[in-house]
Order: sequence, then C-alpha cells, then structure tokens
Amino acid sequence: MTVIYVDNNATTKVAPEVLEAMLPYFSEQYGNPSSMHAFGGNVAGAIKTARENVANLIGATPGEIVFTSCGTESDGTAIRAAIESYPDKKHIVTSRVEHPAIKNLYESLSKKGYRTTFVPVDSKGKLDIDRLYDSLGDDTAVVSLMWGNNETGVIFPIEEISREIKSRGILFHTDAVQAVGKIPINVGDSGVDMLSLSGHKFHAPKGIGALYIRKGTKFSPFMIGGHQESGRRGGTENTAAIIGLGKAAELATEHLKKDGYAKISRLRDKLEQALLEKVPNAMVNGDPENRLPNTTSIAFEYVEGEAILLMMNEHGICASSGSACTSGSLEPSHVLRAMGVPFTAAHGSIRFSLSRYNTEDEIDEIIETLPPIIERLRELSPFWKQAMEG
Amino acid sequence: MWEYTDKVKDHFLNPRNVGVIEDADGVGEVGSIACGDALTFYFKLDENGKIKDATFQTFGCASAIASSSALTEMVKGKTLEEAKLITNEDIAEYLGGLPKEKMHCSVMGRDALEKAISCYLKEPEKEVEGEIVCECFGVTDREIERVVRENHVSTIEGVTDYVKAGGGCGNCHDRIQEIIDSILGKERPVPKKAPALTNLQKIKLIEESIEREINPTLKKDAGRLELIDVDGNRVLVRLGGSCAACVKSPVTLKHYVESKLRELVSPELVVEEVQ
Repeated sequence: MTVIYVDNNATTKVAPEVLEAMLPYFSEQYGNPSSMHAFGGNVAGAIKTARENVANLIGATPGEIVFTSCGTESDGTAIRAAIESYPDKKHIVTSRVEHPAIKNLYESLSKKGYRTTFVPVDSKGKLDIDRLYDSLGDDTAVVSLMWGNNETGVIFPIEEISREIKSRGILFHTDAVQAVGKIPINVGDSGVDMLSLSGHKFHAPKGIGALYIRKGTKFSPFMIGGHQESGRRGGTENTAAIIGLGKAAELATEHLKKDGYAKISRLRDKLEQALLEKVPNAMVNGDPENRLPNTTSIAFEYVEGEAILLMMNEHGICASSGSACTSGSLEPSHVLRAMGVPFTAAHGSIRFSLSRYNTEDEIDEIIETLPPIIERLRELSPFWKQAMEG
Repeated sequence: MWEYTDKVKDHFLNPRNVGVIEDADGVGEVGSIACGDALTFYFKLDENGKIKDATFQTFGCASAIASSSALTEMVKGKTLEEAKLITNEDIAEYLGGLPKEKMHCSVMGRDALEKAISCYLKEPEKEVEGEIVCECFGVTDREIERVVRENHVSTIEGVTDYVKAGGGCGNCHDRIQEIIDSILGKERPVPKKAPALTNLQKIKLIEESIEREINPTLKKDAGRLELIDVDGNRVLVRLGGSCAACVKSPVTLKHYVESKLRELVSPELVVEEVQ
C-alpha cells in the first residue's frame, strides 16, 4: 500500500539532497571538527557553512546559532539559561497552548517555586495579549511563546509581542519549531532573544536542532563540557546531522524565496474546503487567518479521533489527532481544551499537516476516502442520530 | 500506535451487531461524549429466556468499538444468569487481550451489560452509589474498590487504566491511593499522636533520647551532645568531643538531633546550640 503522509508537523521526510549532503560525513569525512589537522578542519569548514545557512534562514548571524540535539533541548536550554541569568526573578510566563517541551518544563519549575503564568487563548487559539502584558512585572525572568502551534497551526504575532517584551527589559524566547522553514522569519527585526528550531520538521533528520541566542544575551550552557559551540554547548558535534540541517535550511530558504508554500497552502485549503463541504458537522479548529500554510485541524463531531486515524491507516493515510485515546491520556489535547473546543468536537479532531512532497492526487484521495469513514463511524455512534434528530 | 491484536482490529473494522433493537428487553447506556467513549447495549430474549439478539452503538476508540462488538457476540445464546457472569477480563480475553491503558473499554462493556440486565429485571435505577472520587470522569469510590478487588489492581495507574479515575487533573490521586491501601490492608502510617507531656516528662524523655539514641550515633564520630536546659520547646544543647571543633556542627544539629528529638519526643521541639 502506498503511504499518503500528511503528518508533517510530527516529522518530515529527509530531503534527498539533505541525505546526499550528509552521507560523506558518516564515511570518509569522519574527522573531529575540533582537531588541529586539516582532516578534522575540513569538517569544521562544512559546519561553518551549515551554521551560515541556518542563520540565513531566520535572519540571524552565524555566531548566534548553537547546534543542539532537538527542539526540546533548545527549549530547555533557553529557559534554564534565562532563569539562571536572573536568579532573583521568580516569575516565568508562557501560553496555555505550548508544546510539552515548554508546558511540562514550566509545570516542573512551578513545583520548584517559580510563579508561572499560562496566558489564555480565545476560541480561535489567538493569544490574549492584554493578559500577557498585564501579567508582566519586575519579577518576570522570561516570556516564552510558540511561533506556530503544532496542533492548529495558529501563528502568534511574535515580532510585535517580542518587541514589547524586550522594551520592558524581559528576556523573550520563542519555540519556533513548527514555524521555521514554513514561514519567513527574521529575528533581526524582532525582539526575540532566543529561538528554538528543530531539523526534522523541515526535512533534516531527527536528532538535530538549534538554538538562536541573540548576541549580547546573558547565557549559561545546559551541557557543560568542551569548548564546542563557543562553550555554549559541550559535546562533540553531531557532524553529519549538522551538515544535514544546514542543507535543509538552504533548501527551505530557497523554497520560501520562490513562494513554494503557495502550493502547499493551496492543497491544504483544497483539502479543508472539500472535507467541510462533504462532511456535515465538521469545523476548523483555530484562526484560519493566521495559520501555518501547511496545517489544518478539523473537528468531526460525534466521532472519536483514534477510530478515524485507524480507519484512515487502513488506506495508508497518515495523520494525527487531538483526541485523548491516541496519546494514552484520557483527556483531549490541552490545546483544544484551552481554546474551549466542545467535547463533541475535541475528541474527533484530526490534524492534517502537509509538506512540499504532497501531491494533488494524494489530496484528492483523502477527499474521497475520509467522508465515508466519518459516515461509518457516525452510524456506529449512539450520539449521531440523537444529534440529528435534535 | 497501540498494539492491537488482530481480533481487536477485526472487531473494530468489521463490527458485529451494530444498531438498535426497537423492542429490546434490556438496554444499558454507559459513558458520555465528554469522557470520550460511550456505549448503548441492547438485548432481546427468546421464549426460553436466552439472549436471542444483542446489538450496540458505540462512540469511542477502536478498542471501545471492538469490546462492544465482542460483548454482543459473547452474550448470544446465554441466559441472563450466565450473561451476568461475564467479566471485563472475559471481554478482553475474547479479543486476545487489550493494551493495559485500554482496559476501561472492557469495563465499559461489562457495565453496559449489567445495566441492561437491571433494566430488564426492572430494578430501580441505581442512585450514584458511593461518593464521587474522580471529578473529571465521575468515578465513585465503589467503582474504584471494585476494580481493586476484582481486577487485582494495586496502583493508581492501574485504576486509571480500568475505570479512568485519576486520568484527568490528578487531584484525586491521594484518595485513590487510600482506597487501594485500605483494601490491600496497607493502612497508611498515621503519625501517632503524642500524648501531652508534662514538663518533667518532656525533659526526662529528651534526656533519655539523647543518651540512648543520639549520643551512641554521635560517638561513632567521637562526638557527644550535652543537654543544658529545656525552655518550653527550646532544647538547649552543647556539642562536645570532636563535634565541637567540627565545622559541620550546625548541620549535624539541625538535621540530625532536631529531627530525632522531634520524632521521639515532640514535633514542636527546636534545638539550639549554646557555647
């Protein structure tokens, strides 16, 4: 069975160009970039280029990029560095819809005595900016907000917010794992002090991420060790993955320049509109005006997400769900609950996230396949007929 | 992704006996849309009192649908007395097993069957029995007790897997643990209430504790503790031997002597060192 992969916010395919760029660094180019000999020095040169490419993708300078192992490491490093740099400040701020890398870190810091503010969002997933600004005080060490939401794709106005936060002398971090490579980002124009990104969300391999640290930002490393990454992250470089991330960043920059996302968002919109037309009692979660171009989260009322996913799986269609049952937790996703999505819809929410490798034919096939699945599950459901009879 | 057995997948993708029996003899409804799964179970008896037909409607995940489908197959041809004996474990077994996090789906099947039988026997609709422990999923202490007894569950996670209690906000975890402990006979150690001591008794007890418990321990490091005075709850002591010269002595005092005296004599005591 051929696979139709529309779960690109979970992870993406490694681009063939990326794999090709990486391969020599697993075999003949195995030198240590820290070595004094030219054999290692060549690898250091390639890492320098990769760093430039990553910096270029987000409008940073190469010296502001630190390679890490993943988005979670970048997030954790940033928040811990922020609170260590300002040990007297005991208040930290984030939103209610963050990825677990931030959410669970904040909850753990809350147990350690930090006062935490989780700023709410409205029913469209838009941040309550007044509440955010009202929460800030002299005691606030750091504000961390995601750029694009992994479940709904909703984009927070990070440039504007970060400038305001910076003007108040508070550190600003953004988890831009879902946004980098999908929308143009220029940290230089913003007030962002630190930004997390992850390679495998834009066609680099898993196990490589980066943290942007604005020049002049107080910082202390999470991984203490050798002088790698200018002392900001110890440990021998994951050279092949760094080269891969650099190549993926270069490809993403070109793709954004050519407006490659116009195609992806057109396919996304086609999928979304067709499903909303064909399936009654279906609705989009999140603000359609401010969304990542590749993401749609659609709620199918009165059916349960895991059942939908497994039936789609029978047709080779890979998506994901905000329902409880898929994650092993018993409650629907905290993102949908924070938005106040009713239970009738939250349990049946499916996220489709596209990439540049998706084709029109694939989208057509999903449009053909999914409506009968929903219909079938609704026939099984005791609530559907009741709801229809009012 | 869950590891479902082929039988679970089969009953999910090809569910048996879906639908409503309009003139059913018994109907049982359990769960709710808020909880993420719900099942309505119907049965019809033949002239011999055996279940002739059974159907279901389920909102829920694959294992909820499969458990419901399995239940309808299992009860057919059984008398109500026989059907009553079906446990949730039987449903899970029929399906070749369920992931442990999904056992609540089989419990839902059993509950629907019990409700349908009560409905047929015209037993009065049971009031919520017991007190609600888990607010998120509306689970009572009786239901938790039952799962601990019948399914040999001994942890909070186990209770959550079977009846969902504790799977939401987590505020009820202490209460669930108490229920588990009381059934498994592990009463939680309740701090013994110290009898009120007279001043004289208190001083004697402090003296005894220092001689019998504290000094023998300090002696290992060639140290010694001398009781100078007791003023209310302030215990004034002097450190002798190598303790006196030890730079760590304030730590020794605070962490060891005080906690020992609080444990043995009274939790209100404060230890102070005098020169």
